[in-house]
Amino acid sequence: MLLTLSWLVPLAGALLLLLVGNADGRRDAMIRWIALGVSLATFVVTLGVWVGFDASSADFQFVERYPWIPQFGIDYFVGIDGISLLLVVLTGFLTPIALLSSWGSIERKVKEFSIFILALEAAMIGVFISLDLFLFYVFWDAMLIPMYFLIGIWGYDRRVYAAIKFMLYTMAGSVLMLVAILGLAYLHSAATGSYTFDLLKLYSLDVAPQTQMWFFLAFTIAFAIKVPLFPFHTWLPDAHVQAPTAGSVILAGVLLKMGTYGLLRFSFPLFPQAAAYFAPWLALLAVIGIIYGALVAMVQPDMKKLVAYSSVSHLGFVVLGICAMNTQGMQGAVYQMLAHGVSTGGLFLMVGMLSDRRHTRLIADFGGLKAVMPRFTAAFLIMTLASIGLPGLNGFVGEFLIMLGAFRWAPAFAIAAGLGVILSAVYMLWMFQRVFYGPVTHDANAALPDLQPREWAGVLPLCAMALVMGVFPTLFLKPMEVSVDALVSRMQATQTLRVENPVDRRSEIDTRTATVTERAARQ
Amino acid sequence: MIGNPFNAVVPILCVVLAALAVMAAEAFRARDEEMALGGLGIVGLVGAAVSTVLLWNGGATSFGVIVADNFGLFVTMTLVVVGILTVMFSSVVVRRDALPAGEYYALVLFAVAGMIMMATANDLLVIFIALEILSLAVYVLTGIRRDDPRATEAAFKYFLLGAFSSAFFLYGIAFTYGLSGSTRLDQIGAFLAAQSMSGNPLILVAVGLLLVGFAFKISAVPFHMWTPDTYEGAPAVVTGFMSTGVKAAAFAAFTRVFLSAFEPFSVDWAPAIWVMAVATMILGTVVGVAQTNVKRMLAYSSIAHGGYLLVGLIAANQVGKAAILFYLLAYAVTNVAAFGVIALLGARDAANDELRDFSGLWHSRPALAALMTVCLLSLGGLPPTAGFIGKWYIFSAAVSSGYYGLAIIGVLTSVVSVFFYLRVVVMMYMSDRDPALAPPAPVGGVGMAALVVSIVVIFYLGVLPARVLDLAAASIATIF
Repeated sequence: MLLTLSWLVPLAGALLLLLVGNADGRRDAMIRWIALGVSLATFVVTLGVWVGFDASSADFQFVERYPWIPQFGIDYFVGIDGISLLLVVLTGFLTPIALLSSWGSIERKVKEFSIFILALEAAMIGVFISLDLFLFYVFWDAMLIPMYFLIGIWGYDRRVYAAIKFMLYTMAGSVLMLVAILGLAYLHSAATGSYTFDLLKLYSLDVAPQTQMWFFLAFTIAFAIKVPLFPFHTWLPDAHVQAPTAGSVILAGVLLKMGTYGLLRFSFPLFPQAAAYFAPWLALLAVIGIIYGALVAMVQPDMKKLVAYSSVSHLGFVVLGICAMNTQGMQGAVYQMLAHGVSTGGLFLMVGMLSDRRHTRLIADFGGLKAVMPRFTAAFLIMTLASIGLPGLNGFVGEFLIMLGAFRWAPAFAIAAGLGVILSAVYMLWMFQRVFYGPVTHDANAALPDLQPREWAGVLPLCAMALVMGVFPTLFLKPMEVSVDALVSRMQATQTLRVENPVDRRSEIDTRTATVTERAARQ
Repeated sequence: MIGNPFNAVVPILCVVLAALAVMAAEAFRARDEEMALGGLGIVGLVGAAVSTVLLWNGGATSFGVIVADNFGLFVTMTLVVVGILTVMFSSVVVRRDALPAGEYYALVLFAVAGMIMMATANDLLVIFIALEILSLAVYVLTGIRRDDPRATEAAFKYFLLGAFSSAFFLYGIAFTYGLSGSTRLDQIGAFLAAQSMSGNPLILVAVGLLLVGFAFKISAVPFHMWTPDTYEGAPAVVTGFMSTGVKAAAFAAFTRVFLSAFEPFSVDWAPAIWVMAVATMILGTVVGVAQTNVKRMLAYSSIAHGGYLLVGLIAANQVGKAAILFYLLAYAVTNVAAFGVIALLGARDAANDELRDFSGLWHSRPALAALMTVCLLSLGGLPPTAGFIGKWYIFSAAVSSGYYGLAIIGVLTSVVSVFFYLRVVVMMYMSDRDPALAPPAPVGGVGMAALVVSIVVIFYLGVLPARVLDLAAASIATIF
């Protein structure tokens, strides 16, 4: 019941707001409070899920299942394991902060804005909890609609272009995934006589290696666009920069994770042989993304764009960790997803605050803010350092584990990725220096107000979370440990099993699989 | 009453009687008297709906040429829904544009009667007669605004090309009759199956001619030329009616003829329809992107939707046949509603159907903009709407017959189509209203009610499709 509540509560809140009459914005304040209340209630529900979660089990928990479209074996089937649990909590955590951030910047059509944010939250949580591929796809695609409106209506100058680009890019990837989903269901019906979209049943479906290749590509391109993996990342700077602050926070904090989550939950375990074959290539793209994102971030004059490109770089780490397909890499990947959600969400939030005050986001328009806004500067510094991956803050743990995992798998990738860590320190600190240190260069900046109480309410939880995640990583690693182990051993088992099976023709795929598995075995 | 030879034509009779009643009432109407003629039509259509429900699973036939099997009844129900929504939207438009009410409603009802007949006909000649009944009515409806040169041109074009295609169709019937000695579909099917005439040039000519005739009516590429002009020129509410009703009726007959009588030759005709489907999907979407008139854009979009339906026809499996039925219903409701919005936005002297006429609609008519958005998202195939389930159903049919290529082309073109649907959304939500434009007129209660009904159906089919999917699956079990 709790999982269903976690997406029904925000959806019901959105529908409730639809009924509130708000001609001329008379009830804006009330609507803001209702929306915040609903999102906080959702957060409480997700926390309830965490409390009730049994970390010692690798099975899906809080499972609910009702027939939905029985003709095709489609169920309303939800459940979480250690991998999705924290992502759901992250969604619940970031949405109230995003809503709060809009109080100062969204003055127009507050009702509709709140409705879209809550609908978006419902769809995002739905994506993380679905265990039926059809249900997953419905949430995955439905999520585009509110995000499209959020960017297109409340965004900055080039919002319409960015919104359409976001929508079409994501859809182009996801419709190919739809064909692959249908293909999987058909293969299942050919093998067993009945259609099913049940993920757990499809996990054990034996898909021929050649078919795996195609399906893996269809799924992975959909997720790679969302992540976004180089070279599918071009929608991201546009969407991020044009989106309103709340949109950017959610986009960076949660939406991008849907891509990496999809790799972990669908692409890799559904098609283990294809995954083994393509992992080095994906990792190569990830590493290119890490370095490319960092280099491009370095030369950005716009803070928001800089943070956007830093996301390309950070998400590259996550993909690299997944490709390593060992416990450290995968754990690090999940941890990095959470950490990136907190630190980049926080950076977008605070860049938004600067932008609200000065109506510019250009680094050159600032300078010497440390003297004017000392508290803001301190909070920004924490987020900056967290993003760089300073030990003791959240970014470190994930990156460290990923590097460890990658090194055990393919040292060359780890070394190249290490370069990205250094570069991230360069571009983040350089930006920090230009914005906050030195003399106040613009008169307009001399009297900027420091953090307001409402802004504290958004910044403080994020800073606290960055510290907690840095100092007590076990708190977050513990719940995912068993699930990640189960995933890793399952994937390695399938790969080994198929290689040893003499019936399989030892095609090129299998030999490549063998090398990867051997490498894993040697460790 | 059970076994009465007239049972299967009761839905048609209900609609025809309503049409006659409308004509009679019109004769007694004083010049400026307001009469609820549309109401009469609704009564007849509801009667048809009730009789359809009663005939369900009955398997009634009349004179061997009209069969009320579940397949035909499902389409009949779709057509009745289209008819009711059209009459509701029309009630606003007829009064506003001072159209001749009696003739208008009578023609709409006769057209619906012809469509129902076409969907339930089991004889090529009866299909032809039904086709002519509905076509004649729709030609006149297209040009019902006699003072509008665009509408007259549209009607003329439609009439010429329609007559042309009817000739093809009739010629195809003649060949089929010459080969098999019958015009009854069941007898043709039995004869052809027994003879194994695959590859026989005469049968190919017959199938080809019938294919061209149907392709004209469903505006499949390359027989779509009339569609954009006609759809753009006709009054919006009539466009909504013919882009759904005619298409649904023609597709029902198309499916029936090709998947029952000509099933044995599917190896011969499937490649032709494959090419046609791909061309239709691609041309409909790609040319749709370039349009600045919303009505014309939706015309191309409905061409593309015809292509998706052809995919279901090619798949030719159980899933595909049921998918055609579901898709027709989902598409019909959505498209009628979308054209309904355009019709409601129009004025007597201005069509208001250019893209910029939609600018800032969100600010002046938020409800209308929201309803239009739902229709467009459904046409684009986004969840949780009827259009998504329809597309998913069609493409799963294609995939389960191994047509991965068709499915991939289909999903990619639907992404492209989302681009032009979004252009309207962008206009409505993300542009300010052009100050040179007059503010949109207020929307009447009946029109709004029709829209709300459509939206409820769209969401119902999108979120809880299981019941209707069951009905669709049951519909095809009876004949194929």
